Amino acid sequence: MHIEIDEISKQFGSTAALTPVSLNLPSGALVALLGPSGSGKTTLLRILGGLEYPTSGRILFDGQDATGLTVQQRRAGFVFQSYALFRHMTVFENIAYGLRARPRATRPPKAEIARRVQKLLELIQLPQIGARYPNQLSGGQRQRVALARALAIEPRMLLLDEPFGALDAKVRKELRQGLRDIHDETGLTTVFVAHDQEEAMELADLVVVMSMGRIEQIGKPADIRARPASDFVRNFITA
Amino acid sequence: MSDATTLAAPPRPRAFRAATEESPAVRRGLILIAVAGLAILVFAPLIVVFAEALAKGAVAAVKSLQSKDALSAIRLTLLIAAISVPLNAVFGIAAAWFITKFDFRGKAFLITLIDLPFSVSPVVAGLCIVFMFGANSLAGGWLVAQGFPIVFALPGIVLATVFVTFPFVARELIPVMIEQGRAEEEAALTLGASGWRVFRTVTLPNIRWALLYGVLLCNARAMGEFGAVAVVSGKIRGQTATMPITIEMQYNEYLSVAAFSLAAVLTLLALVTLLLKTILEIRHADEIAATRRH
Ligand SMILES: Nc1ncnc2c1ncn2[C@@H]1O[C@H](COP(=O)(O)OP(=O)(O)OP(=O)(O)O)[C@@H](O)[C@H]1O
Ligand SMILES: [Mg+2]
Repeated sequence: MHIEIDEISKQFGSTAALTPVSLNLPSGALVALLGPSGSGKTTLLRILGGLEYPTSGRILFDGQDATGLTVQQRRAGFVFQSYALFRHMTVFENIAYGLRARPRATRPPKAEIARRVQKLLELIQLPQIGARYPNQLSGGQRQRVALARALAIEPRMLLLDEPFGALDAKVRKELRQGLRDIHDETGLTTVFVAHDQEEAMELADLVVVMSMGRIEQIGKPADIRARPASDFVRNFITA
Repeated sequence: MSDATTLAAPPRPRAFRAATEESPAVRRGLILIAVAGLAILVFAPLIVVFAEALAKGAVAAVKSLQSKDALSAIRLTLLIAAISVPLNAVFGIAAAWFITKFDFRGKAFLITLIDLPFSVSPVVAGLCIVFMFGANSLAGGWLVAQGFPIVFALPGIVLATVFVTFPFVARELIPVMIEQGRAEEEAALTLGASGWRVFRTVTLPNIRWALLYGVLLCNARAMGEFGAVAVVSGKIRGQTATMPITIEMQYNEYLSVAAFSLAAVLTLLALVTLLLKTILEIRHADEIAATRRH
């Protein structure tokens, strides 16, 4: 799905989290939002997912105005920074949640739900852990379960807030490749927040560098490396 | 140079002991104080209640409980708890939900307001209800004319009990809900669940243990409330006299066995509640641990 962000701003009381930003995300792109803490990355992601409404501006999905769509109508697969797995449900129930929440008319039958959950568990290469609870998983496993849960609803796009945040270097590398593979397989437009410039540069097709609620530069990793648009970008990507 | 054996040996530790551990004497002293406190403040009164109830034999105790006043008091107290506790469970969940899931001005003030019933004397609360709904007040006069009196009747007692026990559920829930944050609810919303479904399948299961504790505390207090109920009930024997009120009246009339028998029943109700809570805790220990933050 092609996503257009048209002059979106967000005000929290007196703090401007986003001064009007515009952004064009081609269908099927893997996009990184990169920037220092407090630059508005999470805010932009939450506005895309419908968890936060912009103060002004529009969002277009495939050319259609989606600004007023509720979070449920957006159908965005969202992976939260701390994963936000349902702690009182097993991994199976976590992944099945979105399918079970569908209205009766579109809800798949029980056996079909079980089949899809199993397929997703295989996709994240954890076919055996359906019966476990989130507190019985490692950090990397939780992240992958959160990804599977988001994919279960057959989302129109994938939004991930610092998906590799709290993990060690080796696990990050593996999961990075995992996300790349899943993105290539599903073809979903994917936006992820990255703190780490190396991660963003290596993984993304398109990098959006943000600072203080503004977009400093949008471009392919190689272009940003070769031609940083400002001193800020130059300093940030060489830091 | 100097012979190693002439060097002073390092002082040997007396015994291996964790840094946070006190010496045995201090430990024994603390345990003694705790046990003595428990014995004097908790066990002794419990024993006295049951001993006094059975002072003239079990038959006399049971007989006194079968009197019209005693039965009416037990029925009334159970009825009031059955009405007030569910009401306060709903109010408490709503208040805690509102306070923890939304950002708004005056939040701190609202949290203080929830604690108000704890800081206001129950007698004052009772007087306020009499003042607002008594037969001499505007609202009360009208309601009495409609054949629906509040004061000196069941609605007044329920009102007083609900007021006094209001904070228990909310106070139990607010810290738990703050600690759990909004992320799981937001995740459920992005997965397509409606607000009501999110509440039912995510919020409620996550708070159910705190809710249970709140409800049990609320129930214990609802059955035991004296001050506010004494003011609004008018202490009409066989009609508006709850168990605590009846106990006081019987005691003042030197009906010691009757008073203590009823007191023993009230105590037993409280003990059953505690037992229930303990059994549930033991049975679901794993699950309680799992619903803590992972
Ligand atoms: N709910 C909120 N209420 C008030 N201010 C907020 C809220 N959410 C974010 N902000 C503010 O908006 C700005 C942008 O925050 P945001 O969370 O989008 O930053 P970020 O780029 O994701 O930072 P980080 O890398 O630390 O996660 C910050 O100044 C933050 O304090
Ligand atoms: Mg963030």
